[in-house]
Amino acid sequence: MMERKPSLKRTSLYVSGTSPVNMIQAGFYNEDCMVFDMEDSVPLAEKDAARLLIYHMIRDHRPAGKYIIIRVNGIYSEYIDEDLEAAVRAKPDAIRIPKVEYANEVKMIDEKITAIEKEAGIEEGSIELWCNIESYLGVLNAYEIASASPRVVALALGAEDFTASMKAQRTKGGQEIFYARNAVLMACRKAGVEAVDAVFSDINDLEGLKADTTLTKNLGFDGKTVVHPRQIDVVNSFFTPSAKEIKYAQRVLEAVEEGKRLKKGAVTLDGGMIDKPMELRAYTTLAQARAAGINV
Amino acid sequence: MRLENTGIAGTLESSDVMVTVSPNPSSGIDIQIDSAVSAQYGDEMRETVQAVMREFDITDAVVQLQDKGALDCVIRARCETAACRALGVGFNWKGEK
Repeated sequence: MMERKPSLKRTSLYVSGTSPVNMIQAGFYNEDCMVFDMEDSVPLAEKDAARLLIYHMIRDHRPAGKYIIIRVNGIYSEYIDEDLEAAVRAKPDAIRIPKVEYANEVKMIDEKITAIEKEAGIEEGSIELWCNIESYLGVLNAYEIASASPRVVALALGAEDFTASMKAQRTKGGQEIFYARNAVLMACRKAGVEAVDAVFSDINDLEGLKADTTLTKNLGFDGKTVVHPRQIDVVNSFFTPSAKEIKYAQRVLEAVEEGKRLKKGAVTLDGGMIDKPMELRAYTTLAQARAAGINV
Repeated sequence: MRLENTGIAGTLESSDVMVTVSPNPSSGIDIQIDSAVSAQYGDEMRETVQAVMREFDITDAVVQLQDKGALDCVIRARCETAACRALGVGFNWKGEK
């Protein structure tokens, strides 16, 4: 299994595959992850153009210091195979799959990616997967989805389609997605992958965004998807770790290093065993601190 | 290869380029560039167009670029899209490594 490098996922900003100027500008904001979109923001008649534009922009003009994601079209759409051909060859950090509902869908996409990696001479397994959970079936099967492939590093909740699947009303308070948020989070924690919260859609309501992100952070999410640059700094500010969290992360990593030095198979801290997800979370905590300007 | 149809791709937004690839009643690749920076980057733009035409084995075409300050990678993407549309074919991803 491929060793995964920890990376910040506080904010992931969607950038439409139709617009070169938006792609160029997005590289200058403070989002951790850029999501080049082939799906909802691209009209049907422009899917071919978006594929080529995203491919060349990432290959030739990749923004430095960003985790690069490509969101492809739906698993059962007529576009998925060609989207994957372009997306894999662009060599992003991850591919984001919309509306995943079953583990076997992840396996199917994983196999297709592997075949393209082989053909294109790209290291097998190097491209990670984010699975969008956007329906009640996705929520019910979240753990199986999160653990369906070693490529899966994150689940991202999509609230608009989820509420539609529930026949619920989408509200700013978000009571209708409270269970889904928790269910997806628990699945992520059990599978050892990161949990990314849903978009707050009203880009003009920054107070509403703060209230929503307070809940995002308090529930335990690792980050949030954003749809407008003005949301980025607000969301990032919620993911600045406390002094206590930083200290604990440092102790975890010190214990891991000590374990390596002594050639120990299992490492413990305060009587509990340190597993790989704990180690990755400790790296992330310190990366969040550094991104917020804290000297660690 | 001679073209039978016209293909258009791109927009007139900032940092983009609108590319029109159409049949050439004469022979060869006739490149027409409308750009504020053609004096500085016209040669590079022509090279990119020629490279894409070779990639698609198009020998005779009129290629018009209405450039709004596009990066070379955007010009390439738009030329490839316009060429695919003119030929009525999908892009050959197998050739990309």
